[in-house]
Amino acid sequence: MTLTDLQAVLPLIVVAGTAVAVMLVISFYRNQTVSAILTLAGLVLAGLCLPFTWALGPHRIEPLLRIDAFANFYIALLLAASFAVTVLSHSYLEKYRMERGEFYILLLLSVLGALVLAASEHFVSFFLGLELLSVSLYVMIGYIFTKEKAVEAAVKYLFLAAATSAFLLFGMALIYAELGTMEFSAVAGLLSGGEGGRSPYILAGTVLIIAGAGFKLSVVPFHMWTPDIYQGAPAPVTAYLATVSKGCVIAVFLRFFAGFDLAANPGLFLCLGAVAAASMVAGNLLALLQNNIKRILAYSSIAHFGYLLVAFLAGGQLGAAAVTFYLVTYFAAALAAFGVVGYLSPTDREADSVDDYRGLFWRRPGPAGLLSIALFSLVGLPLTAGFMGKFFLIGAGTSAELWGLLILLAVSSAIGLYYYLRIVVAMYSSEIDDERKYKGAAAAAVPPFAASVGAVLAVLAVLLVAIGVYPEPVVAFIQTIVESLPGII
Amino acid sequence: MILLLLIAIPIIGGLAAWTAARWSPTAPRWIALGATAIPLVLALSLWGQGSASGGQWIATFDVPWIPAAGIDFHLAIDGLSLLLVLLTYLLGVLSVAVSWNSNENRPGFFFFNLLLILGGTTGVFIALDLFLFFFFWELMVLPMYFLIGIWGHENRNYAAIKFFLFTQASGLLLLIAILGLHFAHFAETGIHTFRYEDLLGTSFPPSLGMGLMLGFFIAFAVKLPAFPFHTWLADAHTEAPTAGSVILAGLLLKTGGYGLLRFVVPIFPEASAVFAPVAMTLGAIGILYGAKLAFAQSDLKRLVAYTSVSHMGFVLIGVFAWNTWAIQGVIVQMIAHGLSTGALFIIAGGIQDRLHTRDMNRMGGFWPHAPRMAALALFFAMASLGLPGLGNFVGEFLVLIGTFQKSIAVAVFATVGIVGATVYSLWIIQRVFHGEAGEATRIADLSVRETVVLSVLVVGLLGLGLYPRSVLQMSEPVASVLQAGAPSEPGVPGEARSDFRFHTFSPTAVHLQHSPPDVPVSIHAEKPVAAGFSASFSSAESDSTVTSGPQSKTHVPFIFP
Repeated sequence: MTLTDLQAVLPLIVVAGTAVAVMLVISFYRNQTVSAILTLAGLVLAGLCLPFTWALGPHRIEPLLRIDAFANFYIALLLAASFAVTVLSHSYLEKYRMERGEFYILLLLSVLGALVLAASEHFVSFFLGLELLSVSLYVMIGYIFTKEKAVEAAVKYLFLAAATSAFLLFGMALIYAELGTMEFSAVAGLLSGGEGGRSPYILAGTVLIIAGAGFKLSVVPFHMWTPDIYQGAPAPVTAYLATVSKGCVIAVFLRFFAGFDLAANPGLFLCLGAVAAASMVAGNLLALLQNNIKRILAYSSIAHFGYLLVAFLAGGQLGAAAVTFYLVTYFAAALAAFGVVGYLSPTDREADSVDDYRGLFWRRPGPAGLLSIALFSLVGLPLTAGFMGKFFLIGAGTSAELWGLLILLAVSSAIGLYYYLRIVVAMYSSEIDDERKYKGAAAAAVPPFAASVGAVLAVLAVLLVAIGVYPEPVVAFIQTIVESLPGII
Repeated sequence: MILLLLIAIPIIGGLAAWTAARWSPTAPRWIALGATAIPLVLALSLWGQGSASGGQWIATFDVPWIPAAGIDFHLAIDGLSLLLVLLTYLLGVLSVAVSWNSNENRPGFFFFNLLLILGGTTGVFIALDLFLFFFFWELMVLPMYFLIGIWGHENRNYAAIKFFLFTQASGLLLLIAILGLHFAHFAETGIHTFRYEDLLGTSFPPSLGMGLMLGFFIAFAVKLPAFPFHTWLADAHTEAPTAGSVILAGLLLKTGGYGLLRFVVPIFPEASAVFAPVAMTLGAIGILYGAKLAFAQSDLKRLVAYTSVSHMGFVLIGVFAWNTWAIQGVIVQMIAHGLSTGALFIIAGGIQDRLHTRDMNRMGGFWPHAPRMAALALFFAMASLGLPGLGNFVGEFLVLIGTFQKSIAVAVFATVGIVGATVYSLWIIQRVFHGEAGEATRIADLSVRETVVLSVLVVGLLGLGLYPRSVLQMSEPVASVLQAGAPSEPGVPGEARSDFRFHTFSPTAVHLQHSPPDVPVSIHAEKPVAAGFSASFSSAESDSTVTSGPQSKTHVPFIFP
């Protein structure tokens, strides 16, 4: 390990160091605000290191990590999302009278795992990062164990995540046994050229890896856990599950398949295409049946990652750029949506029934406006980032002429409109008509925004609108970072 | 720069109106009035101006927007766009006037939505970058949804969601088609662009061309709405507040017609030619079916809504007849329909405000109590049934002339539709204003404000009917440019169409399509048409002789055997 290597992984080191620091501080002085501020400072400091790692140019830490522009971008994105989650968690946990400093240690460790994934180019770092991410999540999901369904959700996640880790390991082992290497670029090279692509071990191994990663992305048919755990977890943790824990897996996916000509491998292409199609259709249809906002958003996230896979299947720089851009827009929208849900939640339960939101716009225009912007972005209406995101997704799909998937995307996302609109309709429904219904709504009695939460949500809303109106800087930047992926076509 | 203002003023005005509602409940409507009147004046100032550069466009505005994806913020206005923008802000001012007192319920947000729709619609009419077009296309949907969903009548949520689902699904189809067009052009030239003028000459393999054309067509047909995509319309129109119905019928439906005219046929001439018989058949079905449905309604607003399906059928057959007469007819028809149906919705809304019902079974005998309302309603009913001397007559007549040359059968069925229009229009007058007094015997007559609003529309329809030349002069160069954008039209469709079993197809008409001088000659022959209308609009036969001009004398017997 040289000094340059250390410079390259500086953000990771800072995050790991912060986790240790928070732990030490807790053992002397228990105060959740201090822990949260320390965590935020660590995340910011890690972010401030990025210009230095960026300046290095593409740098490999043999053989596990590759810190290039792509990794830097994803690290920045994950750090920013974690920052938002930390702020949301702080105000959320303030409502509970219990020891809560440890939450930030777990959060930081989990973020560390996510960052490792963003830079990973080797099966070992892939697996290590994923485990670090998951193990902390088991506890975070069940953190408010007094709440209904929290422990159930945590246990469910524990079992399923452990099982899929086994799948993942088995898949890696199969590929290693056949090819004798665990480096992404070497694997992809051997797979796309020559005999390797036809070996049943390789195909089985790849499918098992997709299953393992698909669990994290909660795409159909690995989605069963999503609604229960989204519902049971505290809202900020749900936000984290929906964004950070999925975003880093997407980064690995993009890197792994960058040098891979998916179109030349019909079996795999068909497999991923079916996953995408099933996710779009099932996610949107099942969401129609829900009355719980967190469950609706869970199914909607299944559908959104189905959309994302369409661009992913298109491949090439265009596909990778579209996926990354869409992820940015999804991050902002999901964080804002879960942020509002968490903020409106009273201590005894989550404010997650659609009825809690009835007439909200006329009583509390602030949170209702923010949630509206987030939902409109998820729908993909103009003037919000989601509109541009969907445009680039469909653009990538069209360039690869995936007509069937595109039509499915159009139809299923039109169906999906309905459940977003139900929430919007509830928020804008007139007080006069619904006086009786909303009187009991818990959300009526929520205190005004904590300044920190208000600021984070406002920034997210501004971002959603700014990217929706003038996406050029972000798009141009993402196009340059995607070029740094090794082997991309 | 004027073009940017045309879009920016209503949007900024909308935000201002929303904010101003905090301080004064009456401020939003004054702001809204200003934010619609100023663009109207600005648009009028473009009237009669030729193009600065000698090209098609009267004014343009062009800056890069998302260069990374080849997207420009490109606005341009020509005669067609200008006419529709004028219609937009005329109806905009009137809608604000109509809702002057009726929205004690959150006026700020109401006018914000109203103005946002106007801004979006204007954007649709003047955007010349296809991505920008799509942006505005989607932009006008959400505020309309709110307008129906918050200020609508009993069944508003159902209607609003249905409207939103239809437009959103078709919108995504449009997006896929736009991107498909973009990449087809990229494959051909290696340039990433969404500019209308660059995409105009793209050539496709036939199947791709047909697929993309259908994507555009379905999106526009839903908005138009054409049979069988019309089912959202009756609910949305019926449940919307008066201003919403006026905007919906007067403007949003026109964006569909505009899209067909501006994009579908010029960009996909071959595919459109192949598809024309189907589209014209759908149009003819829409005319007859819409009239039949209208006749079967007892809900006044629903009845008026279905008349739109019927009237917009003329737009559909006119667009796919695609000759100078038909195109000009389509443009006049869109404007006339905007004015006359807007007026009918204002009257229907006025009645509902007074009686709190739209059920015609409970109306009747209003004439003695509300003579002004009754007389004006009669006037607009006459306009709607196509009385010569009013705007709708000119539009439908030109469309029929143009259609006749493509397909006698379609023209005949469409003409039968006019009879249907007579029936349902007189039916309204009969049920509402004549006969025995219904439950509600007393009804207040129109207020001064309502009378002024409707008088403006009377003047507009009379002007369009008596002196159509003013509008035809604006639309004529556009019609020829649009046709020139589809150069293969005169030749290919005749051949392509011969595959279809259009039995009544006149051989002479096909011959006319083949003759190269048709397009230029017909353009020159257009001037007499205009003059003819203004001179002798009341005599249909003398019109036809003027219309047919020297080069198509052989057709006179076919038109009036």
